[in-house]
Amino acid sequence: MAGEGTLSPTTPDGVLAAVQAAVADRAPLIVRGRGTKDGLGHAVASNRVLDLSGLTGVTLYEPEELVLSALAGTPMAEIEALLDANGQELAFEPPMRHLIWGLEDAGTIGGAVMVNAAGPRRVKAGAARDHVLGMKAVSGRGEAFKAGGRVVKNVTGYDLSKGLAGSFGTLAVATEITVKVLPKAETTATLVLHGLSDRDAVAALAEAMGAPVEAAGAAHLPAGVATALDLTEAATVVRLEGVEPSVAARFERLATILRPRGRITRLEAAESAALWRALRDGLLFSQDRLLPLWRVSVAPTAGPSVAEAAQAAAVAYDWAGGLVWLAMDPAEPDAGAARIRAAVKAAGGGHATLMRGSDALRAAVPVFEPEMPSVAALTGRLRHQFDPLGVLNPGRMGAGR
Amino acid sequence: MTQLAMPPLDTAVLARRDEIVGALRRIVPDGVIDSEVGMRPYESDGLTAYRQPPMVVVLPETVDQVAAVLSWCHGEGVKVVPRGAGTSLSGGALPLGDGVLMSMMRFNRVKRIDFENRVAVVEPGVTNLGITRAVEHRGFYYAPDPSSQIACSIGGNVAENSGGVHCLKYGLTTNNVLGVEMVLITGEIVCLGGAHLDSGGYDLLALVVGSEGLLGVVTEVTVRILRAPETARAVLVAFDSSEAAGACVADIIAAGIIPGGMEMMDKPAIHAAEDFVHAGYPREAEALLIVELDGPAVEVDHLLERVEAIARSRGAFECRVSNSDAERMAFWAGRKAAFPAVGRISPDYYCMDGTIPRKELPTVLRRMTELSGKYGLRVANVFHAGDGNLHPLILYDANVPGELERAEDFGSDILRLCVEVGGVLTGEHGVGVEKRDLMPTMFDETDLAHQIRVKCAFDEKHLLNPGKVFPELHRCAELGRMHVSGGRVPFPDIPRF
Repeated sequence: MAGEGTLSPTTPDGVLAAVQAAVADRAPLIVRGRGTKDGLGHAVASNRVLDLSGLTGVTLYEPEELVLSALAGTPMAEIEALLDANGQELAFEPPMRHLIWGLEDAGTIGGAVMVNAAGPRRVKAGAARDHVLGMKAVSGRGEAFKAGGRVVKNVTGYDLSKGLAGSFGTLAVATEITVKVLPKAETTATLVLHGLSDRDAVAALAEAMGAPVEAAGAAHLPAGVATALDLTEAATVVRLEGVEPSVAARFERLATILRPRGRITRLEAAESAALWRALRDGLLFSQDRLLPLWRVSVAPTAGPSVAEAAQAAAVAYDWAGGLVWLAMDPAEPDAGAARIRAAVKAAGGGHATLMRGSDALRAAVPVFEPEMPSVAALTGRLRHQFDPLGVLNPGRMGAGR
Repeated sequence: MTQLAMPPLDTAVLARRDEIVGALRRIVPDGVIDSEVGMRPYESDGLTAYRQPPMVVVLPETVDQVAAVLSWCHGEGVKVVPRGAGTSLSGGALPLGDGVLMSMMRFNRVKRIDFENRVAVVEPGVTNLGITRAVEHRGFYYAPDPSSQIACSIGGNVAENSGGVHCLKYGLTTNNVLGVEMVLITGEIVCLGGAHLDSGGYDLLALVVGSEGLLGVVTEVTVRILRAPETARAVLVAFDSSEAAGACVADIIAAGIIPGGMEMMDKPAIHAAEDFVHAGYPREAEALLIVELDGPAVEVDHLLERVEAIARSRGAFECRVSNSDAERMAFWAGRKAAFPAVGRISPDYYCMDGTIPRKELPTVLRRMTELSGKYGLRVANVFHAGDGNLHPLILYDANVPGELERAEDFGSDILRLCVEVGGVLTGEHGVGVEKRDLMPTMFDETDLAHQIRVKCAFDEKHLLNPGKVFPELHRCAELGRMHVSGGRVPFPDIPRF
């Protein structure tokens, strides 16, 4: 077949040339960084890979300006180490090991932004899209363009770099990304409430999020998954971060509020960090990787009803109940897709993404939430404007996008 | 008023004015204004240098009416300019002489408050402060706080991606809006986001927030509400140079402290504010910082000590910590009154809105002083120091022939300077008509073409708010053939629409 092979540009110009060649040959590209998200999305029918793992390097880092720019293929591990040496971090807390797929690699900055990664701190600090300040990219028209800038406050034109976050490389290939970085908290502690039912746990988390304690994480691990963290019963956890005296005061305040709901214990900094790292990286669902895994986003109080309707093999809640992880019985042909999506709709809306599933399952079920017709049409028009020939990851997000 | 190139009037549409008014009246029987006097309040927004009566004003009350009006206008090729409270400082709601002005101010209900999920669902005409008013009895608030918050609407905030003094810590509108219902120019209703987080597909909401009314008309907004911090205290810090103040800001952030607000004023702004509200600002200061910390009392006290130590180490000659909320508000009174205060010492002023990397502040202030000499106009500066958003106020007198034009040229030079040092044309006021023709200083033709492609996906015929944001309009099919070179629009004197 014409155009087979792997292109591995090491410069933005090389990416431009590769996309222009794809346009000229009408040969679609599989856009790929370090391959850590190969298991996410639909298969792309092509033999030509645009491998960005060689497009690396931090191009700007000014800690006192809270800004970092890096070429899209720069490993997240490298960025994390650099930030860590300066007491900073990416506050959206992207996974640093993709344990749901059994991968130890954290992937690239381009990958983290293009899937709009978000960890447990999402409830306080936002997702990747909230931290992207600017981007250089090549659209499916084979044209290099820039969007945004390097400053936080910027309303000059459409916020295109935020709009490209989460587009899975189907609108443009990012070549360089500029993100906001933030200081790491001095210390952290986690309040653990023991033995609650899912519904009681989500009610407790709502109370915690509504209290003036600035919770930077709010999750519930039912008994079935808590064992992965050597816990013997269900654990409802709230993370507090900041300077030492503040964390201590807020812990006491939160404990006073939640004490009527159950037994409370406290995880100190090291244990707390380990727990949230495990949640961030998907450790709870890393054991049996044959189980299809859904990631569902709904209003927090709707979490338990979606989980009940799903009839899942295992459940965990993050984002105060608004993020529901559902591991399903692999024998079910659609991995519960119809049931789960109906429950999401009944709960007031949201989205269910199939994070893990066999090739056959991902071919049979829409991986991403189907959109209402007017939104799907808009999505299709946007896709057509940026990639009229469909050369960038065609079909990765499903038909028409 | 200075000359501003706008799309040429469509005489065929103007000839059909009576028919258009009639059609709108059939859709919104009690919400059409077509008299010269009745339309006068809609002639301009907060950027009053530009005025233009619309062809007709329509005030829909229901989503169906919005959809019917837009669909009809789309079918008939009639332009539409959406308007909220009309507080835009960049002319985003400036009417078109051959366009329908659609005011959304009858959409003024708070529809649902859900404290458990920490969201409020409101109509677009609800004011920014109105959201906080609706939730504060339970200790909650809506974080973005543009200084016009008492008047500006949340629909306008969505259109402009409004900021405020607290956005360093709490984000802009785009970080605090979870969903919208909006109507496209075709009349189609789309729902993006909701009480849940993030999108299952493209993040269209990210494109809509800050789109200045060019992509659709928002009919409902879901915002995140937060539990208000327990306490807030501020420290007023005086320096004898802006370099020292800038270094202090950098040190605070380098120490890992993200204050709730961090504002800077230069000497002309300090004097104007002090003369106006007598906030107790030290008049001998060359630069004044207000740093506000919020959170639990123990945290605020702890961090204030650190901030004070940093300020002293950078040579601050005065550090005054607020000991009551009244005192804290007094610190802010001067800063918040800076614009009217400058209005007292000059017949007119022109407010700019660039953002720069913080470290460039001394350079930018020095070059601004040089420009001030060149143009013979004074300038006062207030600065959201935490996030680098600069508001130079250029003092002029519109009654002196040529001064407005000089002020505008001075302003354009300041914005070019912001871009030159790595910043942007506008931090929170929007491009509108005001900065439209400067867009090529920041974006080349391909950059702009990709932004316009978003417009083409939403509004292929360019009927929604044309003449704003983009210096040239091209038929979507011809987009590959834009010619802008060297950061200048070619032949700047010829009409361009």
